[in-house]
Amino acid sequence: MTDPRRVVVVGASLAGLATARALRAAGYDGDVTVIGDEPHRPYDRPPLSKGFVAGTLSVDDLSLETDDDLALDWRLGERAVALDPGTRTVTLASGTLVPGDAVVVATGSHARRLPGPPLAGVHTLRTLDDALALRSELLPGARLVLVGAGFVGAEIASTARGLGLDVTLVEAAPSPLAGPLGVEVGAMVARLHDAHGVPLLTGVPVAGLAGRDRVSGVVLTDGRVLPADVVVVGVGSVAATDWLAGSGLTIEAGGVACDAAGSTDAPGIWAVGDVAAWHDPSYAGRRRIEHWTDSLQRPARTVAALLGGPVDDPLPAPYFWSEQYGVQVQFAGRRLGDETVTIEAGAPETGDVLAVYRRGETPVAVLGMNQPRLFGRIRRQLSTPVQEFA
Amino acid sequence: MQHVCALADVPVGEGLRIDSVSPPIAVFRTEDDEVLAIDDTCTHQDASLADGWLEDCWVECPLHASRFDLRTGAVDAPPAKLPVRAHAVEVRDGEVWVALSDAVPHLPPGVTYEAS
Ligand SMILES: Cc1cc2nc3c(=O)[nH]c(=O)nc-3n(C[C@H](O)[C@H](O)[C@H](O)COP(=O)(O)OP(=O)(O)OC[C@H]3O[C@@H](n4cnc5c(N)ncnc54)[C@H](O)[C@@H]3O)c2cc1C
Ligand code: FES
Repeated sequence: MTDPRRVVVVGASLAGLATARALRAAGYDGDVTVIGDEPHRPYDRPPLSKGFVAGTLSVDDLSLETDDDLALDWRLGERAVALDPGTRTVTLASGTLVPGDAVVVATGSHARRLPGPPLAGVHTLRTLDDALALRSELLPGARLVLVGAGFVGAEIASTARGLGLDVTLVEAAPSPLAGPLGVEVGAMVARLHDAHGVPLLTGVPVAGLAGRDRVSGVVLTDGRVLPADVVVVGVGSVAATDWLAGSGLTIEAGGVACDAAGSTDAPGIWAVGDVAAWHDPSYAGRRRIEHWTDSLQRPARTVAALLGGPVDDPLPAPYFWSEQYGVQVQFAGRRLGDETVTIEAGAPETGDVLAVYRRGETPVAVLGMNQPRLFGRIRRQLSTPVQEFA
Repeated sequence: MQHVCALADVPVGEGLRIDSVSPPIAVFRTEDDEVLAIDDTCTHQDASLADGWLEDCWVECPLHASRFDLRTGAVDAPPAKLPVRAHAVEVRDGEVWVALSDAVPHLPPGVTYEAS
């Protein structure tokens, strides 16, 4: 598609807005329709588990928009329910058909939930409305149990502790954050909880929730019951591909399969942000990259390809940050799992570690805790590891 | 103008946070050996721009990658939406002197400093 006149973006958040912005920045002056099922203008999600729930940021502070008029046709509060790749037409829940010359799928993720009926006092955190509901229940002295000690769970624990709640984390896996960081470094970051008086129980799956009209506790598989006034379930996310079920698009690694520029297997259909399962030269298959910075920056490449231009700039190393107990945690790179890790500055005890992951001599990933300067330097020296296929 | 540091305190390609003024400022020395100063605190959140990545006369915030023009303080793209202040700099006999902008600084939400 070299000369589109109408681009339809589905998902009105970080990656969707970045796509619209990149189209205008590239000089595209055709129509851009942005469809989003939330009633809100694009807002920033990372503060939801941090400053917004803590009360230091307002709804206005979350806005992702600037004063530039991008001349977009917004369809907010409208859910896309189907995509026909052949005619590049999106169907809305209202029945309205929105055809385009190109369709960009930017529907992100949904929070994964525990099975069972909804129960008052049990929350997940993905949207502004989730955050408003949670914020109203985080009252000093309340007992909060977090199911899942991933980054979002850890951030809510830290925020709630700061608000004076009595917080406990339960994690089914034996090693917290082992997936993203590896066992050793995951443990270094997770010790922040201990250092701030927040118990972290690991290797104990949750069997269910206790309570009739409202949650009263979290039941563990070993029979223990942790009393709770509020429960937050932070057990990961699921790509929002439900509406694509009949589209025939390939779903891989849970997301919409695409190449490194976001092109799917259907001509004129693209994927960006959390929903995309990118081809990455360092992995055997595709994978989703659920990071803010990647969701913001990659759409410019997708737009270049969509407009028929060359896409030759190298992909930067995936990058994310987290903020817990006043510590800035930063990670960049691609780990395959068999790297050697060395601590190059600071110490776990002092919460200022800089850890470098190497394959042979080559740095491929880096983690920093309150080490922004050194982290930034090493981040720019990372190489892409190459998976060896047996 | 006020004296803030010696030129030798700022390696080429790096920034130095100056805490003796409030809110703090950052002095940068570019690869072309130009010395420039802006507010140190990012307008998005509480990050020190002196820790950022310097390229030409732009610094990239170390946390979420908004870039600020060291000559004007302008920001290129969100998440930061407001500029920082740029301050006039003079280097005399190996010492760095700064005339602070009298504009109102755009501190991020939740961050306060006493005016110096
Ligand atoms: C609480 C929280 C904290 C986070 N903290 C960090 C952090 O510190 N660092 C970091 O790197 N990343 C963080 N992230 C991840 C980051 O926010 C995501 O990577 C980013 O939001 C992805 O942007 P996106 O636009 O792809 O998807 P999303 O932000 O999920 O947006 C997708 C949008 O599409 C809408 N949508 C879905 N289905 C449909 C449909 N069928 N029709 C119409 N609209 C639809 C959704 O409602 C949503 O508005 C955090 C995420 C959360 C939830
Ligand atoms: S703190 Fe600078 S961009 Fe976020």
